[in-house]
Amino acid sequence: MSNVNLQSGPSGRDNNSQDGAGADAGARNSRTANARTGRPLLEVRNVSKSLGGKLILDDVSLSLDKGQLKVLIGPSGSGKSTLLQCVHFLTPPDKGEVVLDGQSAREMGQKNICAFRQEIGMIFQDFNLFDHLTARDNVAIALRKVKGQPKTAARVRAMDELERVGLADKAGLYPAQLSGGQKQRVSIARAMAMEPKLMLLDEPTSALDPELIGEVLNVIANLARGGMTMLMVTHQIGFAQHLTNEILFMEEGRIIERGTPGDLLGENSGSRTALFCSRLTELTGR
Amino acid sequence: MAIAIDSISALLDPAIFIVKGTGLTVALILGAMLMGLVVGVPLSAVQVYGPRWAKFLAGTYVWFFRGIPILVLLFIFYFGVFSPMEAFLTKLAGYRVNLPFLAAVTTLGLASGAYQSQIFRGAINSLHAGQYQAALSLGFSRTGALAHIILPQALRLAIPSWANEYSILLKDSAIAYVLGTLEIMSRVKLMVAATHMHVPFYIQAGVIYYFLTWVGLKGLRTLERHTRIPGLGVDQENPQGIELEKPEERTA
Repeated sequence: MSNVNLQSGPSGRDNNSQDGAGADAGARNSRTANARTGRPLLEVRNVSKSLGGKLILDDVSLSLDKGQLKVLIGPSGSGKSTLLQCVHFLTPPDKGEVVLDGQSAREMGQKNICAFRQEIGMIFQDFNLFDHLTARDNVAIALRKVKGQPKTAARVRAMDELERVGLADKAGLYPAQLSGGQKQRVSIARAMAMEPKLMLLDEPTSALDPELIGEVLNVIANLARGGMTMLMVTHQIGFAQHLTNEILFMEEGRIIERGTPGDLLGENSGSRTALFCSRLTELTGR
Repeated sequence: MAIAIDSISALLDPAIFIVKGTGLTVALILGAMLMGLVVGVPLSAVQVYGPRWAKFLAGTYVWFFRGIPILVLLFIFYFGVFSPMEAFLTKLAGYRVNLPFLAAVTTLGLASGAYQSQIFRGAINSLHAGQYQAALSLGFSRTGALAHIILPQALRLAIPSWANEYSILLKDSAIAYVLGTLEIMSRVKLMVAATHMHVPFYIQAGVIYYFLTWVGLKGLRTLERHTRIPGLGVDQENPQGIELEKPEERTA
């Protein structure tokens, strides 16, 4: 089984479809449907957030079309993680709007915010797998307890997702028994099982040993190729520039530069982004 | 009960009478532990995740029960609540209603709830904050995240401290004799009064309490091993490999 079948459309994915070509067609269809409505999948409008009296996000706006991957980079403390948290409403913004597929998070209220969050998958830097559950149950638990699926159906689905990230043979192991790269792949499987419309990735490879980064990046690349809409914070700029057509550079709570990798990272672009990335490259030797 | 003071065999009847109190002592401890669990878990959740006003209420509860000796609490609750209740029920039923056991189990349970809440609070706080966030990010409600993700982990971590609470509560339960509950200690008091022999019966009580402590701690140790998460920690003495915030020392 190839890894092609990683996309997920708003209409949901056929549980039993192992047919990559069919899935691709589905992705194309939903993309054209979206083109007709002309509405971006995610709109972040003028979001501001203060934490502990300090302004972390200062009037940030961005939008993502369906199937698009945007990369968010910037120095630490620039507000990238907080921005993802605000998009997910894990940390509700003080000002501004987050609109996913026409639904405003603010208008959903405390009860429905869980439904809003269900549609957005989040990948954390330090994985945050549930330590008391096996890899399979990590993926299955939200299917059972949030979506109300029966135990066996959830487990079958979980095994499908683990297979997609190449970890079917590790299904019975607990997080403490997995390597960092394997943990992150399980967390991707866990998020994908919920069939999110959007994935937020918060430095998914930053906590990994260098030799484990590749396996996680592979899975992410497969998601991107499958048509998943993603907003990714990363310092793996060499990897990211081949998947994205827009880089957002954040500093001090604002997006100060945005553009294609070619524009921002070109030899003579003179951009803040290029300067930042050249420093990263010097440090890591890549 | 005729007792020949110089005969060893004459000690047997009172000794058996005392041993028969074990059941009530065990019921008292288990009842209070369980009640403490039911009170303590929500209290701990409120203290970690609750809004400010709820934290304040929970904190007040905890301070009240931790700040007053068990003996004083027993009298407050007995004379304040259960004695009037007895009088009322006696009038209603037409015969004498006695509630010393209910009074003891309630008081011990409410007090234990305060202590247990601190055990669970420490356990919840020792979990990585990302566990809760990850649960919310998957669409869990706050109570759902608590029930399915946080508590299953926190309760495991709390077992060693919970065992400690058991051994303390076991010994606190002896104070319930002041209300006349026919548990081990009040039976000892009765037999001492009847025979004027102190040391043998107090030693017997000590042995029974020691035995109950040993059995309970063994059982909880087994539970701890049984619920251990594979791969977490390697130390036999501390299989979770995680340090818990120590609950405040108690004095009975």
